[in-house]
Amino acid sequence: MTIRVAKPGFFTTVQDLGRYGYAHLGISPAGAADSLSFRIANLLVGNEGNAPALEMTLLGATLEFEASAVVAITGANCEGRVGQERVPGNAAFEVPAGAVLQCGSTITGARSYLAVQGGLDVPLVMGSASTFAAARFGGFQGRRLQKGDVLPVRKHDALHVRALRPGAVDRLYGKGPLRVTKGAQQDWFSPDAFEKLCSITYVVSEQSDRTGLRLKGEAMQPRERAELLTDGIPLGAIQVPQDGQPIILFVDQQTTGGYPKIANVIAVDMHRVGQLRPRDEVRFAEVSIADAVQALREQAEWMRTIFIY
Amino acid sequence: MRIIPASDSSLLVVFGNTISPALNQRVIALFRAIQSRRDPRIRNLHPAYASLLIDFDPLRMTHDELTAIVQQLGIDVSVTVEKTAEVVTIPVCYDAEFGPDLGDVARHGGLSAEEVIRLHSAPTYLVYFLGFSPGFVYLGGLPEVLHTPRLATPRPSIAGGSVGIAGSQTGVYPVDSPGGWNLIGRTPWRMFDPEGTPPTRLQPGDCMKFAPIDRDTFDKLHGGAESRLA
Repeated sequence: MTIRVAKPGFFTTVQDLGRYGYAHLGISPAGAADSLSFRIANLLVGNEGNAPALEMTLLGATLEFEASAVVAITGANCEGRVGQERVPGNAAFEVPAGAVLQCGSTITGARSYLAVQGGLDVPLVMGSASTFAAARFGGFQGRRLQKGDVLPVRKHDALHVRALRPGAVDRLYGKGPLRVTKGAQQDWFSPDAFEKLCSITYVVSEQSDRTGLRLKGEAMQPRERAELLTDGIPLGAIQVPQDGQPIILFVDQQTTGGYPKIANVIAVDMHRVGQLRPRDEVRFAEVSIADAVQALREQAEWMRTIFIY
Repeated sequence: MRIIPASDSSLLVVFGNTISPALNQRVIALFRAIQSRRDPRIRNLHPAYASLLIDFDPLRMTHDELTAIVQQLGIDVSVTVEKTAEVVTIPVCYDAEFGPDLGDVARHGGLSAEEVIRLHSAPTYLVYFLGFSPGFVYLGGLPEVLHTPRLATPRPSIAGGSVGIAGSQTGVYPVDSPGGWNLIGRTPWRMFDPEGTPPTRLQPGDCMKFAPIDRDTFDKLHGGAESRLA
């Protein structure tokens, strides 16, 4: 069973939940930018949460199915259609043999996920199916999909599809500020800098991608201390270069860097970063590490309650 | 040693704020000690010049638990510093075709081209860490007379394997990429290969040397069994 790419969309890649254990060789995890919606798509079709699936950005792909397949689309609503008929979001459905699934533009949110029962059959590189496009490896031939690509689907036995409780994912992305903890070099900035970061409304710049989200807003005061010695960068670190405009480092980020980090987006909110579009507004609010971990624990528990079957 | 929570899922262990082999040896010792524990709760390790960032699963481990592990290991690291026995030798062709900026590096240091090659291939360099991009090594030990400011305008594309100098640093571009380093040569060996085990030729804490080769040898080695990692 294969899927042929008739139109690749804006930036469509094969991902899983990331490639861990190689940061000391300069290799960042990559993986789904919105790992929650990614997992939900896989679970809906009966896969394990980590099965290789498609991440589509802003404009979805048009795909021709050689044989019938059970698929699910989650994340940003991209108004998928088979022929004239709209397909459901956040639910498993069958695409008939020979049919064309057409995904459109997202109106809100940046990324949609398309999981296929069985999972896409791509070779694992360092144990992961994730595409690391900047370094040109992983996923499908180390790159975003192009017209004419043929994606094999793993051979599999029939799997039990799942369904979400009505309204289960309505508040998945929230409306509030992104929650942050203080960064490792928070004290390199002026005493009120962190407070200021949490008071400014930023706008996501067009120069944002999976390596990082550049924000535009009132500039932070440049720090007066000498250059920071290069050190490791955690996922979601907010670094401030000398122009005073913060950058949220994301899944394809550099593993080390020399800019001081004022704050860090908490793990439980990282899937929301993956749905930010250029020109979206972003605000930050401080939480303690204890509260951040508690929220992550609650999210993990919530994930276990959202399916009816 | 300072231990700072860098995020809800990571801990930064800082040994100092200078570039020195002694500080870096402590980073490497802690890195290796944690790596050898194979603790499934620890997801990623980011060694750097004088710090180690530890990324972990906060649902399975707390910052306090990890801090205790680091402190317990830290006692050992401050007294025993493991030495890497093996020196990895990387062949480099310093011909003008591969090293278009070798003349500038020579002029900047008041040296001849031959002296630049001799001085660059003389030291045993320490691999402080890998970072920035896959397989990119941060090396210590470049002779001061070779320190040369980076190019005013970066090149849009540099071939993988290119050997360069920027300020006090020397290194090898692992894959084709843009960059502003002064290029002085190229290795026929792959420094990064995602299919390799391990995928990089050098590891944090390794010692390495550059060995000058002529163009014929470059062509012979390029693409040969030894040049590959997979």
